[in-house]
Amino acid sequence: MNQRELPQHPDFLWANPEPKSGYDVIIVGAGGHGLATAYYLAKHHGITNVAVLERGWIAGGNMARNTTIIRSNYLWDESAAIYEHSLKLWEGLEDELGYDVFFSQRGVLNLAHTLQDVRDSVRRVEANRLNGVDAEWVDPQQVKELCPIINIGDDIRYPVMGGTYQPRAGIAKHDWVAWGYARRASELGVDLIQNCEVTGFVMDGGRVTGVETSRGRINAGKVALCAAGHTSVLADLAGFRVPIQSHPLQALVSELHEIIHPTVVMSNHVHVYVSQAHKGELVMGAGIDSYNGYGQRGSFHVIEHQMSAAVELFPAFSRAHLLRTWGGIVDVTMDASPVMGPTPVDGMYVNCGWGTGGFKAVPGAGWAYAHTIATDQPHELNRAFGLDRFVSGALIDEHGAAAVAH
Amino acid sequence: MGAHQPQRLDVGGAIDRSRAVELVVDGETFTGCAGDTVASALVANGRLRVGDSIYRRRPRGILSAGVEEPNAFALVNGEHNESMVPLTSLELVPGLDLTLLDGIGVLDQKVDPAEYDKMHVHADVAIVGAGPAGLAAAREAAATGARVVLFEQDFRLGGSLLADPASLVEGVPSELWVERVRGELEAAPEVTILTRTTAFGSYDNNYLIALEKRTEHLHGTARDGVSRQRLWHVTARQVVLATGAFERPIVFADNDVPGVMLASAVAAYIGRYAAVPGRRAVVFTTNDSGYATAHALLRSGAEVHVVDAREAGPSARVGTAAADAGLRISTGSAVVGIDGAQAVEAAWVAPIDDEGALAGPAERVACDVVAVSGGWSPNVSLHSQRQGALHWDDALAGFVPTVPVRNQHLAGAVLGTYWTEGCLTEGRAAGLAAAAASGFAAEQSGRTSGSEVDTVAEERVARAGTTRQLWVVEGRDGGYTTHFVDPQRDNTAADVLRATGAGMRSVEHVKRYTSISTGVDQGKIGAVNTIGLLTRVLSGEDTRAIPPGQPGQDGTGSRAASELSGIPAAPPSKPTPGAIGNTTFRAPFTPVAFAALAGRSRGELFDVARTTSIHPWHVAHEALFEDVGQWKRPWYYPRAGEDMDAAVARECRAAREGVAFMDATTLGKIEIRGADAGEFLNRIYTNAFKKLGVGKARYGVMCKPDGMVFDDGVVLRLEEHRYFATTTTGGAARVLEWLEEWSQTEWPELDVVCTSVTEQWATIAVVGPRSRDVIARMAPGLDVSKEGFGFMEFRETVLASGIEARICRITFSGELAFEINVPTWYGLKVWEDVAEAGADFDITPYGTETMHVLRAEKAYPIVGQDTDGTVTPQDLGMDWIVSKTKDFIGNRSYSRSSHQGPGRKQLVSVLPVDRSLRLPEGAQLVERVALGDYTGEGLPERPIPMLGHVTSSYHSQALGRSFGLALVKDGRDRIGQTLIASFLGRFAEVEVADAVLYDKEGTRRDD
Ligand SMILES: Cc1cc2nc3c(=O)[nH]c(=O)nc-3n(C[C@H](O)[C@H](O)[C@H](O)COP(=O)(O)OP(=O)(O)OC[C@H]3O[C@@H](n4cnc5c(N)ncnc54)[C@H](O)[C@@H]3O)c2cc1C
Repeated sequence: MNQRELPQHPDFLWANPEPKSGYDVIIVGAGGHGLATAYYLAKHHGITNVAVLERGWIAGGNMARNTTIIRSNYLWDESAAIYEHSLKLWEGLEDELGYDVFFSQRGVLNLAHTLQDVRDSVRRVEANRLNGVDAEWVDPQQVKELCPIINIGDDIRYPVMGGTYQPRAGIAKHDWVAWGYARRASELGVDLIQNCEVTGFVMDGGRVTGVETSRGRINAGKVALCAAGHTSVLADLAGFRVPIQSHPLQALVSELHEIIHPTVVMSNHVHVYVSQAHKGELVMGAGIDSYNGYGQRGSFHVIEHQMSAAVELFPAFSRAHLLRTWGGIVDVTMDASPVMGPTPVDGMYVNCGWGTGGFKAVPGAGWAYAHTIATDQPHELNRAFGLDRFVSGALIDEHGAAAVAH
Repeated sequence: MGAHQPQRLDVGGAIDRSRAVELVVDGETFTGCAGDTVASALVANGRLRVGDSIYRRRPRGILSAGVEEPNAFALVNGEHNESMVPLTSLELVPGLDLTLLDGIGVLDQKVDPAEYDKMHVHADVAIVGAGPAGLAAAREAAATGARVVLFEQDFRLGGSLLADPASLVEGVPSELWVERVRGELEAAPEVTILTRTTAFGSYDNNYLIALEKRTEHLHGTARDGVSRQRLWHVTARQVVLATGAFERPIVFADNDVPGVMLASAVAAYIGRYAAVPGRRAVVFTTNDSGYATAHALLRSGAEVHVVDAREAGPSARVGTAAADAGLRISTGSAVVGIDGAQAVEAAWVAPIDDEGALAGPAERVACDVVAVSGGWSPNVSLHSQRQGALHWDDALAGFVPTVPVRNQHLAGAVLGTYWTEGCLTEGRAAGLAAAAASGFAAEQSGRTSGSEVDTVAEERVARAGTTRQLWVVEGRDGGYTTHFVDPQRDNTAADVLRATGAGMRSVEHVKRYTSISTGVDQGKIGAVNTIGLLTRVLSGEDTRAIPPGQPGQDGTGSRAASELSGIPAAPPSKPTPGAIGNTTFRAPFTPVAFAALAGRSRGELFDVARTTSIHPWHVAHEALFEDVGQWKRPWYYPRAGEDMDAAVARECRAAREGVAFMDATTLGKIEIRGADAGEFLNRIYTNAFKKLGVGKARYGVMCKPDGMVFDDGVVLRLEEHRYFATTTTGGAARVLEWLEEWSQTEWPELDVVCTSVTEQWATIAVVGPRSRDVIARMAPGLDVSKEGFGFMEFRETVLASGIEARICRITFSGELAFEINVPTWYGLKVWEDVAEAGADFDITPYGTETMHVLRAEKAYPIVGQDTDGTVTPQDLGMDWIVSKTKDFIGNRSYSRSSHQGPGRKQLVSVLPVDRSLRLPEGAQLVERVALGDYTGEGLPERPIPMLGHVTSSYHSQALGRSFGLALVKDGRDRIGQTLIASFLGRFAEVEVADAVLYDKEGTRRDD
């Protein structure tokens, strides 16, 4: 893994147009999902009379705050399918967007620290392989080979008993991904409108015909929600409910250090995950803050706990310094799987619920969501993820069994 | 003074010339004095040059004298090397061995032997910053008797006063004044003064987090056991922020050449450390404060040329003093370039116009230091971390707090109060107000009246004088590629211009496009200059297109408010810094070592292991242990020469054929009391408990609202209104929280109280055909006959030892079995008694592995192993446990379509055709045809449909073969079918069988 000075961004990224009076499709929220959806709508479906409305700055929500872990080793078939589709798109994304997004397939290790962790890990590896997803069970010695700075000794409270490893998994640079999509979408004629908050919906019977915004009313043929942690607020304005709890999720970085950490390590049991980004900063996170809230900040004890876990597993991190902490608002469903599909309002679609792990899904979800919006039909990849599953009970529970966040 | 320090003054400064301290930097030895920082020692040695810049490899020098330093970083070599330590806040102590860094650290891979600990305290008044404002506040608050904690990151109290020890405060030299205040504070019993302590995080409810450095300055003389660093968690009724202000550099060509320094730093090196950065100085300033540096330089014997960007020059007061001192001043001018690469050789000075463009020829002024002051930015980090509002004060040319956060007070330079008297007045007022608000009234009230504070506020602008908002100075060649905005990130004005050219309008985007403010100083050096630059570049743009950072122009709200309200309808044609807004301030204010945050929660203390009172026996008998939740449980007890399989087979045989015993203490135990306890349990468990007779036990399952199994255990009815429930070992805390959530938030009308009694009881399971004999010996007074002591009953009794016990007849193995519950205290004694009572029957201790095998042979599921949050009781074949006559959590879900009809995964057993093959738990099950031509090599071309997976897998001593439990789609309909188990690229045939493989009729439990 080479230390990298990042190259410069392109000379031009996106235009800042005034909103038009109406669009065929309005996407609410210019996070990764909104931008990717706009791009695929224009690119694959020829729908270019599209606006992406963003209350703040482009990709300033969770897209600017995540720890960029990309993997597709999810347990259930439905999840594996959409995340693996996404991973395949990642593998061609730099060419597709003409943008270096630093997609680095350095592998992701999910550590096991208890016998039950081992069972769950083996189960997931076997399921992944039969689903065509690269996955391996690695023993502690192999863990050490993949990541020499991990302490696999039994001098820690929960020694490493092995792990799962997905070689094709890795990280990318979030801003660059968002901007790559934004630039291409803007080139294809999509209007990216910042500082424009959707405050209401214009309805005609059961159908949405426009949005009210902080910059005035804008008409819309269709409206696609992509508001992550704020989806419940928007759904409320539109008159339906989504089974989502919004929680703070924090992350942090250290200052830059020479590269010593070659892969991505996640431990659900001791609650920490860490990679070393291209420039050399350690990027870390843990679990959500347990209370609900819309403040993009969390509690300090969560940070302290993950630091204990980090120093346990990685003695070399002892005197790395915490440089910055921050928080995003993650949209968590009861089964830790996303929601994507139609809503009770005609002409309105929803994509949310990616919770702590939707960065990796940006290409795949944008791709499938664009299909859903363009054709009024969910794609095979997202059919199982509709709101209807909360009525039928056909949940896709990536919480309990998979036991991996992000 | 030891070795010659060429740039050290003979007098003055708060250093001890009699105590020379040696320092090694990159192998070269320097000598400084006690009281120095490493940076000041280097300055005293004429050394300004530090490492190179990170990417462009430009030579860099010490820029500041404080925590905002962007250039001067070292690796401190020692027992555990620490990287990226700023020289400007590293105290000089004997034995320092440093390697200068080029903006990037090197982590030490050794284990850090140092200890770190934490302290939690409550205070009435917490004061951050011990400059004049903070000290004045502390003194007033302390005098009221309030409990005061004063944080100061420096190793000295005094703040801005330190740079000018001779200045008078309340009629005495500031050094003396500080000592007096310190004396008063130390004499006050409730005051804690924490120097070398940085309050770096501010959280809701006045919860401050601070880091104290405790031993580094003791250079190895610290007492044993003293932690290297301590993390303070302070919850204060009231907080006073007296955090001062940072000076801003100026953005001009080659402003990063070593020798370009902040003017305030130059003054501090001279005043506090008697170390002179240069002998021929140019002071380049946009405001009056640069003149103090000019005078300090003059006093130190340097030649000084002041370049004042303001056309009108200094304010009258400052101008008079300058004239008296004979200072040479070029007004309406700027430094437009620097000669020299490794060190400043000369500054090019030229007149500039209103836009900052060159307005005349440049003059070369030979010099060795350029002191710059681009104005001041209040240090608002802690205020802003709490979403405290800021606004751009155009006269003060800085972002200033609008109103303090609730229960906080602001005093001094953090408000833009840039003179000592003003700081003292505000400090006193803040200290008094904070003490009063936390219930401590001053003895002599009225020492500082509200009107005095108002007067200070009114005077601020006049005192500060005008500041020219000179965000960038045009260079002589027209380019901006050496106009550093963020030297640490090697970002220049040209980078900002590229960003706006690319369409970036938000300051957040410019930050990310360039990486400005992402370095160690987190924008202390470059953030405001970037914002200022944006106002220049974007002037004339419709600000509606500019998504604001934090906060909006009106400065009335938090980030959220500004985001919600957008930008006012009629935009000014020229965006102000307020309209651009800041990037968000986040903890920590300055970097903190990971280990300090980890504190002592490492190794054993990471999550303290729980052990039962019987644990010493298990250790003595060489059990191997398994982590279950936080508990250490015996896994199996190998005898000499036995491997796990042999030990488990022996333990199983004992339980099935003779008698065995196991420590079941770790099961969660909860007492549920109250008039509605029965009703409560009826709603929690899928089966009914209201009518359970006193003295009886019943197995119960609880589900989440989605109908999925969440936990299970046996419930005893102790009395009419008193139940005793056991939970899984790992689930105890979760279950108690679950019960509390329902009783407190959903059904507050129910009279029910839940109490954890896990720690109060030790539980010993005695299992096997001979268990009755053992229990009879243990409890001679108890009728243990089949008739006298029925299955799922319990008895309170007194053991032969005289110990009171509760004995239950329940089984988790299918064998005749008893559970002895005694107060924890007696656990070990009773265990030993069981061992003795069973000795004649060769009673055998067994661990969790044997327990798992025995229960699996009976298809008793382990929640969390055979279930995973997607499994209903019906899926487990336990329809009988789901009541049809009462409501309970999860009931509603069973009517949902996904719970009907085919396709659900059901618990069955799987028998490998190869009877010796033990499948890995987690192996997936598929139909042979589904494999197609996939051989297990590599990955299949298309996903292969999976039917389920093996949840448990063992070798059964009783059956003489391997077996597993599995969740299989429509599993009960597949009994008799052969499926393929896939694992590790291998395939093996397994036969699907009924879940219960042993004693299906259930005759053995009553034997
Ligand atoms: C700390 C953290 C770490 C994470 N780590 C990972 C990880 O390692 N791997 C991974 O895969 N995922 C990770 N995630 C999750 C991932 O970031 C999110 O799932 C994903 O970014 C969500 O999709 P998005 O990018 O579209 O959301 P966002 O970027 O949040 O976009 C939603 C946008 O909607 C806008 N909006 C909201 N309401 C309105 C309105 N009324 N009008 C207009 N606009 C509106 C918001 O301002 C926002 O810009 C992490 C998240 C966090 C917070």
